[in-house]
Amino acid sequence: MTKAPAYFGFWYRLGSWLLKSTSWLVLFFLIMPILVIIPLSFNTEPFFSFTKGMLTFQPEAYSLRWYSAIFSDPKWILAIQNSFFIGICATIIATALGTCAAVGLARDDMPARRLITALLLSPMIVPLIITAAGMFFFYSDLGLAGNYLGVILAHAALGTPFVIITVTATLAGFDYSLVRAGLNLGARPVRVFWDIIMPLIRPGVISGALFAFITSFDEVVVILFMAGPQQRTIPRQMFSGLREQINPSILAIATLLIILSIIMLVTIELLRRRSARLRGVEA
Amino acid sequence: MSSLTTTEARQAASAQRKKRITAFMFVVPLLVFILLTFVAPIASMLWRSVHHPTVAELIPHTLEALKDWDGKAVPDQHTLQIFAVELNGLAKERLSGKLAEEFNRAYTGMSSVVKSTARKVAKLKGDDLRDKGAQTLLDANPKWQRTDLWYAIQRAGEKYTYDYYLTALDLELKPDTGIQVREETQIYLQLYSKTLTMALVITLLCAALGYPLSYYLAGLSENRANLLLVLVLLPFWTSLLVRTTAWIALLQTNGVINSFLMGVGLTNEPFEMLYTSFATVVAMTHILLPFMILPLYSVMRGIDPSYMRAALSLGDKPIPAFAKIYLPMTLPGLSAGALLVFIISVGYYITPALVGGTDGQMISNIIAFHMQRSNNWELAAALGSLLLALILLLYWLYDRFVGASNIKLG
Amino acid sequence: MARSLSTGISAFALAAAMGLASLGAHAEESLTVVSWGGSYGAAQKNHMIDPFQKDTGVKVLFEDYSGGVAEMKAQVESGNIQWDVVDVEVIDLERACSEGLLETIPHDILPAGADGTPAEKDFIPDALSNECAIGNIVWSVVYAYNEKTIGNTKATSIADFFDTAKIPGKRAMRKRPQVNMEWALMADGVAPKDVYEVLATPEGQERAFKKLDTIKKDIVWFDSWSQAPQLLNDGGAVLVQSANGRFYDSIRKEGKPFVIVWDGHVYDLDAWAVLKGSPKKDLAFKFIAYATQSKPLAGMSDVAYGPTRKSSTPMMDPAAAPHLPTAHLDKGIRAGSEFWADYGESLGEKFNEWLLK
Repeated sequence: MTKAPAYFGFWYRLGSWLLKSTSWLVLFFLIMPILVIIPLSFNTEPFFSFTKGMLTFQPEAYSLRWYSAIFSDPKWILAIQNSFFIGICATIIATALGTCAAVGLARDDMPARRLITALLLSPMIVPLIITAAGMFFFYSDLGLAGNYLGVILAHAALGTPFVIITVTATLAGFDYSLVRAGLNLGARPVRVFWDIIMPLIRPGVISGALFAFITSFDEVVVILFMAGPQQRTIPRQMFSGLREQINPSILAIATLLIILSIIMLVTIELLRRRSARLRGVEA
Repeated sequence: MSSLTTTEARQAASAQRKKRITAFMFVVPLLVFILLTFVAPIASMLWRSVHHPTVAELIPHTLEALKDWDGKAVPDQHTLQIFAVELNGLAKERLSGKLAEEFNRAYTGMSSVVKSTARKVAKLKGDDLRDKGAQTLLDANPKWQRTDLWYAIQRAGEKYTYDYYLTALDLELKPDTGIQVREETQIYLQLYSKTLTMALVITLLCAALGYPLSYYLAGLSENRANLLLVLVLLPFWTSLLVRTTAWIALLQTNGVINSFLMGVGLTNEPFEMLYTSFATVVAMTHILLPFMILPLYSVMRGIDPSYMRAALSLGDKPIPAFAKIYLPMTLPGLSAGALLVFIISVGYYITPALVGGTDGQMISNIIAFHMQRSNNWELAAALGSLLLALILLLYWLYDRFVGASNIKLG
Repeated sequence: MARSLSTGISAFALAAAMGLASLGAHAEESLTVVSWGGSYGAAQKNHMIDPFQKDTGVKVLFEDYSGGVAEMKAQVESGNIQWDVVDVEVIDLERACSEGLLETIPHDILPAGADGTPAEKDFIPDALSNECAIGNIVWSVVYAYNEKTIGNTKATSIADFFDTAKIPGKRAMRKRPQVNMEWALMADGVAPKDVYEVLATPEGQERAFKKLDTIKKDIVWFDSWSQAPQLLNDGGAVLVQSANGRFYDSIRKEGKPFVIVWDGHVYDLDAWAVLKGSPKKDLAFKFIAYATQSKPLAGMSDVAYGPTRKSSTPMMDPAAAPHLPTAHLDKGIRAGSEFWADYGESLGEKFNEWLLK
């Protein structure tokens, strides 16, 4: 807070002190659960809680046991491979289709824009349990349940809204006369797209792709309903681990995922600043 | 400009149309994709909630014979005979279990009756089946003499039905009294109201925690606020499963919080926190809080602090000044955040499933239960359709007041 | 600028293609076998899955299952078959078989015992009595307490499980009506031999739920047997229900001070079955024939489960003999598979309503 001017009395000071402490408590509430996981994942014991040794910082209470457990278990390795494979394929589809649609939606002459936008964003809003149930019925009939193609298509559909949102944001205030000028100068439409539109929306495309990737990477409900044992992903493996046999290897994979999310967060933030600079908006 | 010739007007109109088509063409691939991979599955779910031909396929002749039934007494010997023959056939093809399941949905407690009867009827052969079938049926269980059972069977034989919606709303249809509140246990309406209550509590908690924090952040310098925002965004970007895992580690009987409380001597007995609705509410508040903070913060950033200062320096008391001036200006952010949190929490599945126990389950969990455990897919579809209608209503409100494309992603 | 993006995309696509190729290699000849995880799963992996993979070169995906017919039914009815071989409790088997969820297994696929006895004579009769499955183990549902947490009064009978005055504290049970209803009746004074007769009547069911009501607020429900030893170990419950082998394993391998109470135990068989419509039916039969040979079955005594072949007995670990369910038959009842085939669905529904009350 900016310093309180002299004409604010005791109550104001108390108020701002309360505000500050409340806010820090909320921040603590937000971040503490995530930070707690990290030391617990180095537990020597097969429990989810701090042992005496850990609290007194005895080195033998800490170990990499659960990390090596993950990387020596074929189930976890398959899950890691699957998560990346499904995530990357779904991201490619979602990004290509979503970017293209966002460019269309940003044009002033787009018919029924509001309705179409609402429809295209609905995969983000409809509860996953409904999506998953519907997909289970429909994809099973088509023979698409229990194989990679089905899961990838499903995840791609779930990822597209994020691409639309991020790309639309970078297109806000885009001057279409640039496109017309390019076309008038005789450039082919494809060239105009790559040379004029793409540089501007690239930060949006990349952050949309990251969102689409993380959506797939984190998704478990559709996987629970539709995927077979071959298509187990990391969150699916965590889900059954939490239901059946809780042991710290889940915390080890959780720690790795936290590191991944830090990387994602930093990337997105850098992209956001870059995009703002490109559009000439104050970062 | 008013003196356009018809040709010019037509050309302008066609150019306009061409542009619209071009714009539309960009959207077509995704539109088709979403319709096929997302809308069609949901439509198939809606269809399943009203279309259910299984019974009609299993006992076509019995249903045919029941057409002439007056509905007043037990169906005649002939009809029962036909049914016995069909039941015998089903038992041999291992389909009597399927029939038992279907009857049980229409008339509670029928599963064991059909199965044990089928076991007896299956033993009859040739002439015995034709002669003693009906009697074996009636001897096997007195329930076969109930008229309301045969009424239920007749209804279950309809290919198109709204019965699953009745069940989903705790209603039932009786031959003499029409639609009425289900006599046996009513669970779904109660579960819907519990879900809505929990979603409301979570939304209020998010607002109560998110509002002061956003206000505090909005008052800081840009750099410092961005730094602290990382603490909001990191949970936002962290996998849902990771955050749920964290709450399991924190809340379990000998977890971090209980060990801490017992360590500092605040309590001797550990608290039962995991597998309760308390756990669901806390974990979901944690998971959804960023959805509240981000829109609130961006609205508050845009408010000039001098308004408040002006009001205060003009002698207004801080609290009325806040309520009259600041709060109304933040309402767009607050309503956007609240609606989003509410929409997401109403349909939440994973977190309640993992930390909620029996007490902290929501409507999504009962849908999953009927999908995976009781295999009553039609009821799951009906419950899902009702949930979908609720969500679409909320989404429509959101789109109207906030705009679907204004969803904040950090 | 445009080029760097397209390079990025092609790198992505390449990675994806490589991923696909590596996964394609996995998929060549594989079989999905589903069983109960934990220590029992470990014993099966050791004595059945691993040797089978080694001898045949088939890759086995070994998945966890937590009982019931629902998952099998969902797969068969949607035509989306994910599992090939399943280790089913006989309590569920009768129902799954009568509802057409399983393939029938011809007995001529079974090899003779290690001592040369033909399979039909070597297996105990119960192991071959259902046409959809081949018996695998004899096991039992029991309850146990932890010497460290029980206090001075020890539990000795099934009635003690329901007596919170005598033994205060939480009870952990698997979330299903099976076995729990039988226990409630036996604890309420129904003679073991009459349990299923009483349970078939509405009054008997009422009586069982009433008895369960007396401890309802003290029950910790779990979904999978493998959670049970942990609950007993970390004090999540004082009396914990589980399969006898789970406790035996914790006692033997980790030296836990657990004591098994055999009174009122409900013993049952587990059997290997093949899901109806499995595209790998023949391979699945091959696996079952392999896994039910004398030697792999004898290996199940690692977790105190009795073998279903007589010829396995001499190959067993003699230390396990007093801990096998067969050594305690007089104290328990045989799980009523036919009863649960008929009543599984109705009572399952009642049970779930009772839970929500």
